[in-house]
Amino acid sequence: MNLYARRVWTNRFGIALSMVAMAFGLLALLWILWTLFYNGFAALSWEFFTQDTPAPGSAGGGLRNAIVGSLLIIVVTTLVSTPIGILAGIYLAEFGTRSRFAAATRFVTDIMLSAPSIVIGLFVYALAVATLGGFSGWAGSLALSLIAIPVVVRTTENMLLLVPTALREAAFAVGAPRWQVSLKVTLRAVKAGVVTGILLAIARVTGETAPLLFTALNNQFYSTDMSQPMGNLPVVIFQFAMSPYDNWVSLAWGGALLIALLVLGINVFARVLFRKKSSD
Amino acid sequence: MSALQHTADSEAILSIRDLNFYYGDFRGLHNVSLDIAKNRVTAFIGPSGCGKSTLLRTFNRMYDLYPGQRAEGQINFHGKNLLDRKQDVNLVRAKIGMVFQKPTPFPMTIYENIAFGVRLYEKLPKSQMDDRVEWALRKAAIWEETKDKLQQSGLSLSGGQQQRLCIARTIAVKPEIVLLDEPTSALDPISTAKIEELIDELKNDYTIAIVTHNMQQAARISDFTAFMYLGELVEFGKTDSLFVKPQKKQTEDYITGRFG
Repeated sequence: MNLYARRVWTNRFGIALSMVAMAFGLLALLWILWTLFYNGFAALSWEFFTQDTPAPGSAGGGLRNAIVGSLLIIVVTTLVSTPIGILAGIYLAEFGTRSRFAAATRFVTDIMLSAPSIVIGLFVYALAVATLGGFSGWAGSLALSLIAIPVVVRTTENMLLLVPTALREAAFAVGAPRWQVSLKVTLRAVKAGVVTGILLAIARVTGETAPLLFTALNNQFYSTDMSQPMGNLPVVIFQFAMSPYDNWVSLAWGGALLIALLVLGINVFARVLFRKKSSD
Repeated sequence: MSALQHTADSEAILSIRDLNFYYGDFRGLHNVSLDIAKNRVTAFIGPSGCGKSTLLRTFNRMYDLYPGQRAEGQINFHGKNLLDRKQDVNLVRAKIGMVFQKPTPFPMTIYENIAFGVRLYEKLPKSQMDDRVEWALRKAAIWEETKDKLQQSGLSLSGGQQQRLCIARTIAVKPEIVLLDEPTSALDPISTAKIEELIDELKNDYTIAIVTHNMQQAARISDFTAFMYLGELVEFGKTDSLFVKPQKKQTEDYITGRFG
């Protein structure tokens, strides 16, 4: 076999290997989605969205309390983590590029990014639940914020670092102070990327269970009081899926499908948004 | 110091004296001294890496953004040394504007691109701001092309238009000096011609310092030319005499294309 033929075959072999790897990954995803649809689709009904979680042994019921609870917790999480994450990202990219404090912040953020969520749940439990008198929606949002903030910080920083030096210099050249350059010019230039980061952070925390287990706990009744234990989808799924009642298990599948669709939807939306904005 | 005599017949707005510049340990400029004449165009030419951009970037303290870069010496502007630590750099940059090699419109509307810089130093009512935006766009010879789309993104313009927008943005702040760092090197010949015409117009109201790779451009548009090589100011004088009868061998070699 000559050199050229060998290269051709090596190439074919490499492509075949990548195809197998891709098929393997795709298969797992499709399998998960199919199982979710197969088991969860039947549970989706009008009552699923309008009734609260049923008591043990009683028939029917829905996930209204858990859906509303999850939405409230996530909205608060977003409102808390977005400004903190963006400001910290700006600090890292625009102000503290070389400072030791920034290097430390970057290091801690990286650790937080990969910290097991159950550790964060326990931390918030020790910090806010055990000391301040009980499980609450606020504590749940706090725990989720600790997971979301590093994601937003890192994407904001990485996006800002992509801004060409020339644009930054141009803004300084008209006599703008650093904070105006950061907020009005560079951050604006990467708006789409930063919004994408926020959406991905939301998608990430939407399915988190462990941090909520120790913080928001659960609530079988409909409640919008963030200072009380709060129903939420991940914990309800966790409890119902392991229960002996058929209607609970079915509701758990429905909830799982709902979360999967929500996360999928957010991811697709983030991609569409990013592609459209960056091609402008 | 013979370099200083050539501008004696016109008023100097910037006088640079014994300027040295350092990138960390590397010395980028060696004892540069020259005067920038008011309401004239001064061109800086020389091969890549000769320090012409470095010199231009000391005039508005742009190097300040980067730790490790520092300048020593004097750049006198209205009786004050711009290199003085106490000098407010933002005020310097409002008085000494800069246009860059690549067009850099801000990610906002054409109108906002102009208004952004103005708002930093003046609080104008809406109607006056409208007037200022129009004035600046007219000055930069781009009003006709943009008057119907002031609310569109500045990024929607062509490269040449973007560069004129950047010039408009710079003069909207009403600087005294406009620094141009190879403003046409990323543009096509037609856009380049427009910018050159514009520079000729602008020198009635502004002092212009331009760095260019293009010797013909320097010959066409400037009143004074400085030739730099390896961080030193080799020759400085009236453009006519420098190109026709260079005093130094290096200058002659460069402008006749023997190196660089």
